[in-house]
Formats: sequence, C-alpha cells, structure tokens
Amino acid sequence: MIRDITIGQYYPADSIIHRLDPRVKFTGTLALIVSLFLFDSFYGFLLCGGFVAAVIIMAKLPLKYVLKGMRPILFLLLFMMIFNLLLTPGEVLGSWWIFTVTKEGIRSALFMGLRLIFLVLGSSIMTYTTTPNKLTDAMERIFAPLKLIKVPVHEFSMMISIALRFIPILLEETDKIMKAQQARGADFENGNVFKRIKALIPLLVPLFVSAFRRAGDLAEAMEARCYHGGKGRTKLKPLKYAFRDAIAYIVLVGLIVGAVFIP
Amino acid sequence: MSLILDNISYIYGKATAFETYALKNVNLAIPDGEFIGLIGHTGSGKSTLIQHMNGLVKATEGNIYFNGADIYDKDFKMKELRRKVGLVFQYPEHQLFETTVIRDVLFGPKNMGMEQLDAELAAYGALKAVGVGEDLLDASPFELSGGQKRRVAIAGVLACKPDILILDEPTAGLDPVGRIEILSLLKQIHEEQKITVILVSHSMEDVAEYVERIIVMNDGEVVMDDSPRVIFEREEELKAMGLGVPQVTRVCRRLHSLGMDINPDCITIDEAEQEIKKKFGLV
Repeated sequence: MIRDITIGQYYPADSIIHRLDPRVKFTGTLALIVSLFLFDSFYGFLLCGGFVAAVIIMAKLPLKYVLKGMRPILFLLLFMMIFNLLLTPGEVLGSWWIFTVTKEGIRSALFMGLRLIFLVLGSSIMTYTTTPNKLTDAMERIFAPLKLIKVPVHEFSMMISIALRFIPILLEETDKIMKAQQARGADFENGNVFKRIKALIPLLVPLFVSAFRRAGDLAEAMEARCYHGGKGRTKLKPLKYAFRDAIAYIVLVGLIVGAVFIP
Repeated sequence: MSLILDNISYIYGKATAFETYALKNVNLAIPDGEFIGLIGHTGSGKSTLIQHMNGLVKATEGNIYFNGADIYDKDFKMKELRRKVGLVFQYPEHQLFETTVIRDVLFGPKNMGMEQLDAELAAYGALKAVGVGEDLLDASPFELSGGQKRRVAIAGVLACKPDILILDEPTAGLDPVGRIEILSLLKQIHEEQKITVILVSHSMEDVAEYVERIIVMNDGEVVMDDSPRVIFEREEELKAMGLGVPQVTRVCRRLHSLGMDINPDCITIDEAEQEIKKKFGLV
C-alpha cells in the first residue's frame, strides 16, 4: 500500500530524457512552471500539454504509472477547482441556495486545475527520469554562484540528497514496523479519528528511534571517510553538456516564447 | 490444525519496469507440532513467504487454508489468524515502543482481545519462557542490551499464545552465545508448549542442530522439502544455490574421502564427536 506512492521516485528506463543533463531537466521544469502562468488561453494549455505529452512519450514512462503518481493531489485538485468554480464573480449561469456558478468561475476552475496538473506532472517527470544524486548535482552547479555571498550551497545540496535518499528507506521501515505491529494485532485501519491517531504511536515511536539511529550511523560513516564539506571536493562524474542538451535548451526557449506570444 | 499453501505466487509491481516474481507456485503443508527450518539465500523469497502465512501480504495467485478455512474468504477473521500464527520479524527489537517491558509485551494480547488478567498472565508466562527476569518488567525496553531486547520482542509475540510461531532470522546480529541461547530457547518452547515453530535462516549450522524438517527456497520457489539428513545429501545442489551443508558435515565427508572410517553424514557436532571418539576407541 505504501509502495504505491510513486511521486518523487526514480523510474529506470533507457531514454533520451533520462540521458539529458540534469541541469537541463531542472531548468526545464522551472521553464514549464513559469510558462504555465504566462498565458491565459486554451491555446497555451495546448502548447504545454503537447510539450508534457511529448516528454512523457520520449521518456518511455508508462502512462498508468504516471497517472498513479497523480493520485495524492486529487483531493487538493478537487478542493481548488470547487472553490474557484463557486467563488468567482462574473456572468451568472445558474445559482442554487448560496452557490452561484459563473462563466468566469468555470473558466478559472478549469484553468487552475489544468495548471496544477501540468505543474505536478512536470516536476514528477523530472524526478522519474533523474536520479536524486544527479538532481542534487545539478542544483549544486546551478546555485554555485551563490557561494560568493557565502550561501552554503554544497551543504544544502548534500542535505537534500540525503533527505531524498532516506525517503524510500523510511517508507520501507514504516512498512516493516507496521507489519510487525499488525502481527501483534495492531489495527491501523478501523476506528474513529482518535483511535486511529492513538494507533499510530506504536508505529511512530520505533520509526523515530530508527531514523535517529540511521542518521547517527550515516554521520559516523561520512566522518570515517573524511567528509568535511564541499571545499576542494571534486566529482567522480562531473556534469558535462552534450549536443542533445543544446537542442533541449532551444526547445525550452521556444516553449517560453510560445507561452508569451500566444493569443 | 494446519496451514496449507496452495499454489501461491506473489508478484511485485505488476505491469511496471519493477515487475518481479517474489514467489512462484509455492505449495506447502505445515502440520501441527513440527519444528521447521526455512532456508534460502538472501532474496530467495523467505520473508515474503512467511508474511503470507499470517495474511500480512495477499498472494497475487493461489489460496491459503488455515484449519481448512480459506483465509482470503470475506468472512474469515484475520485477527484470529494473526493471533494463531505469531510472526517475529527480523530485528524484532526495532518494533519496541512502550515505556516499560511488561507494557510492550501486553500490547499483543490486549489487541487480540484478551481480558486484562489473562493478558497479564500470558505476558508474564511469555517473559519467563524467554528468560527475561522479573527485575526487568518495569525497565524501559530501550535501556536493555541487544539480546534482552530481542527476547522481549519475541515474548511480545509469544504472549499472544500462537499455535504456529514463525521467526525471521532470530539470531541475526547476535554473538555466538546469544545465538545458541535463542535457538535452544525456541527448542524448549517448541517442546514444552507443543507449538509449531518455523525458523527462517540462511545458516545451515543454525537449523541442522534443531529442526526436523527443512524447506529450501531459491528464486521464489520451494526447491527442497525434506528431513535435514536427506537435504544435506544434495550438497552440490545446495552449493549451486549459494547455500551449503553444515561445517561439521563437510569435515566428516572430507575425513571419509581421505580414507577414514567415519560416518560422512553427521549433521551435528555431537554426532561427529561420538563418531570420532568411537573411531579412536574412546567410548
């Protein structure tokens, strides 16, 4: 059940999108998010939708897998769309009790919904096709100029990569402890809210204990291998741009220009 | 009282790039009162298999019958199965969470719906059976030593009074003395309480000494299921699976092949000792 959460996980496949430089994918995701808010017409969504669809196909991601990863945002999506639908003033189409539906409401609910979907799709494609290590490498390189004003860029990216690395470990641990407690008759699924919150104690206490233990072990292992921060540290596999990355950048510029000039 | 696994298969991540068979057409019958060793290399499907036995994982294909009742039936009481089939996970001390030892052991029996008094009796009995002294009842489980924590965790499952006790690598990470202590403890519990014990391990030494039946798994399939002596005759096959025979059996076989008149099929150190003593006329 817990394994079903696919958002933020890497999906191994051999595709051109997987091989792209992670810096391209990171800036590409930013470009997609920016361009999503640059236009205000259906043509814009056609452009972004086409872009996202093309990337999914090129990345050889199974559509079912991608859609399954969208499930966690379903609630947020519905919530946002309903509010937009009911609370936007404008030309009234119909009303019932205290609710009024306006033409502008429908339009804004649809637009907000589509924007959120593309936003989440775009960022999950990035994590599906890029290993956490490469992603943090990219962030470290992109934000490197901030070192000049004494921002600890390397430390931040190390923290992010450790955090990302620990997500699957802690999920697995959660799954394991849950099963161990279920074997002792624990019930996580039935009962009212208070009962269910109380049922979480046998899960959370061991989980925290193990998270601290793992953190301590990791810190010791890093020190044992003489880790001392980013200064003077070189990479085993430094990032290098290839020809395909240049093309990808041109496509991204095209996307933003398209989003700006669309009617 | 018995547990029957009928053609069980389990597939991880169906229809994605991660799809793998964790179990493939497993058929097993676990009758009452046996002491069974479940052996296999890391990743052979042992842990997945035992999680099927108390319904924590649902098989992709196949059926499981507990005392004749299909456990995937809608009316089947899963809680009853979880009580009757006690499962001790690997590193069970990681599941401890209560403020005192006795409260942690009481967690299981109370969940299973025992009355307070019965639950307490069961908890005291279980702690006594695993050799945790009364002076530790009110200690915090986090203050205990590794070996003691493990005993408390095993007591936590034993207190539910299971008919079948399954333990996933109960000796992992313990020193040699701790290993022998835990294993002989299990033998004692098996004999005194007449419950079925299934011992999951990848160490032949561990199981040879104690169990009466060995189930060997490889790549999600049950490849052998017989008494230790019969299994250990298939040394070459076991080696091919990354397993082997107990060290003492290897020694006896080597001595035998070098021309010494000694039984090549000793599987425990005691047997080998007797054989060698006999050879030199010491008995």
